Amino acid sequence: MTPALSIRNLSKRYRGVQALDGVSLDVAQGEFFGLLGPNGAGKTTLINSLAGLARPDGGSVTVMGHDVITDYRAARACLGVVPQELVFDPFFTVRETLRLQSGYFGVRGNDDWIDEILHELDLTAKADANMRTLSGGMKRRVLVAQALVHRPPVIVLDEPTAGVDVELRQGLWKFVQKLNRAGHTVLLTTHYLEEAEALCERIAMLKSGKVVSLDTTANLLSRLHRHTLSVRLPAGVVLPQILQARTSDAGPVFSFTLDRLEEVGEMLSVLRDAGIRVEDMEITKPDLEAVFLDVMRAA
Amino acid sequence: MMSGFSALFYKEVLRFWKVSFQTIAAPVLTAFLYLLIFSHVLEAHVEVYRGVSYTAFLVPGLAMMSVLQNAFANSSSSLIQSKITGNIIFVLLPPISYREFFAAYVLAAAVRGVVVGAAVMLMTAFLVKVPVAAPGWVLVFALLGGAVLGTLGVIAGIWADKFDQLAAFQNFIIVPLTFLSGVFYSIHSLPAFWQKVSHWNPIFYMIDGFRHGFFGVSDVPPLTSLAVSLICFIALASLTLSLLKRGYKLRT
Repeated sequence: MTPALSIRNLSKRYRGVQALDGVSLDVAQGEFFGLLGPNGAGKTTLINSLAGLARPDGGSVTVMGHDVITDYRAARACLGVVPQELVFDPFFTVRETLRLQSGYFGVRGNDDWIDEILHELDLTAKADANMRTLSGGMKRRVLVAQALVHRPPVIVLDEPTAGVDVELRQGLWKFVQKLNRAGHTVLLTTHYLEEAEALCERIAMLKSGKVVSLDTTANLLSRLHRHTLSVRLPAGVVLPQILQARTSDAGPVFSFTLDRLEEVGEMLSVLRDAGIRVEDMEITKPDLEAVFLDVMRAA
Repeated sequence: MMSGFSALFYKEVLRFWKVSFQTIAAPVLTAFLYLLIFSHVLEAHVEVYRGVSYTAFLVPGLAMMSVLQNAFANSSSSLIQSKITGNIIFVLLPPISYREFFAAYVLAAAVRGVVVGAAVMLMTAFLVKVPVAAPGWVLVFALLGGAVLGTLGVIAGIWADKFDQLAAFQNFIIVPLTFLSGVFYSIHSLPAFWQKVSHWNPIFYMIDGFRHGFFGVSDVPPLTSLAVSLICFIALASLTLSLLKRGYKLRT
């Protein structure tokens, strides 16, 4: 099957800075794909290259098999982009904005779908309100609606929940997941790693314009075996030497990074043998944030 | 099916229509005030064409000046506002070709120019009767002049990064060119040197050709004015299309 997105050796340089440096990756149709990286890693440049807002210096990008340069009409018709910045046209109402956006994509008589999007994004009551009068969260929802108005098979969300309250964030993800279940491919960039962990099937991590990691979320999480054991001990307790070497904490809570889960039993035995009572303990699973930091440090 | 062009054209017309006090009524009032003041001062002293009162002579010039200035203002202000607020992205993401983009902005600019020009003619009809000798020329020069200045507005809107730069473009290029183009006088009344200088001002031909449509007389033959205006349009349109094709200051 043709990949939803196919990126080959993509490079882009801005004023002496290599924003993208030979990026290659495929996103399968129907996939929920995450693109992570620190600020300046090249995520937005990559999205701009997909969307035709940036012209790559080298390499190629296709959307549903259509080259974004040579077959840009078909490529752009397949793509819905929610931009990072909260932009709007102050001259128009919400409905006018969506009708115009439909028209730009050559879709006419789209009111049924517009009504459905407005309903899903809880904007029905604001359909005839001027864009200027909307709150930031509502403007963000209109941006999502604009990206979906032509029913694109591929949806790109560039940090869509930056500065958005929890309720809206949850509502937005529910809707995007529904679209994904209906077959839409979703490419997401976010700084909220827990979102990426919960939503994305695969994740690419970018650093300095290069892909430094590309794997399924499950593999990324299992790659980092290190659970963390935290124990609370009575005040003033001196740790056995073997454990002192594994933590820099001063107590009464001590955290130990585990290479194997079996080490939990071994450590508790050491404490029991030393006559130290454990008042409380917690084992923390590795999360995407830990993996992300690990990958970024290693890259 | 609605094309990207028709949606963008409709949006550009809707944009100026929604603020018509500012985009239509205000320039009509300005032109009307020019007419009141200049005709009051000069009516008894100046006769540019035989049998044509100065006030009647002035009306088509003011109408065409309004067409030109408002056509420029429409495309240039729309583009710079969109660039500065960032909403230009809404028209860059869809599958709209650079030719459609050009055509939509320029045509909408010409429409605004013609609407304002027509409103000026309508308002001034209460003050003075102006004959219409050749309505075809009136329409051709109004549309062509609007298109030329609308194109120039697209260039200025793309080029300018700040409102300040756009204002400089308008105040130091467009306003002098329109004021010194024979709106208020016939260039035959100028000294020989300034007559020659005026012939290098393309806007002079647009106004002169437009005025020919009303009085059947002009400083230069209307076909010459049409040729100069067309050459201007083709040259500016070619430049604008090449800028848009490259994505100059729009796509990085």
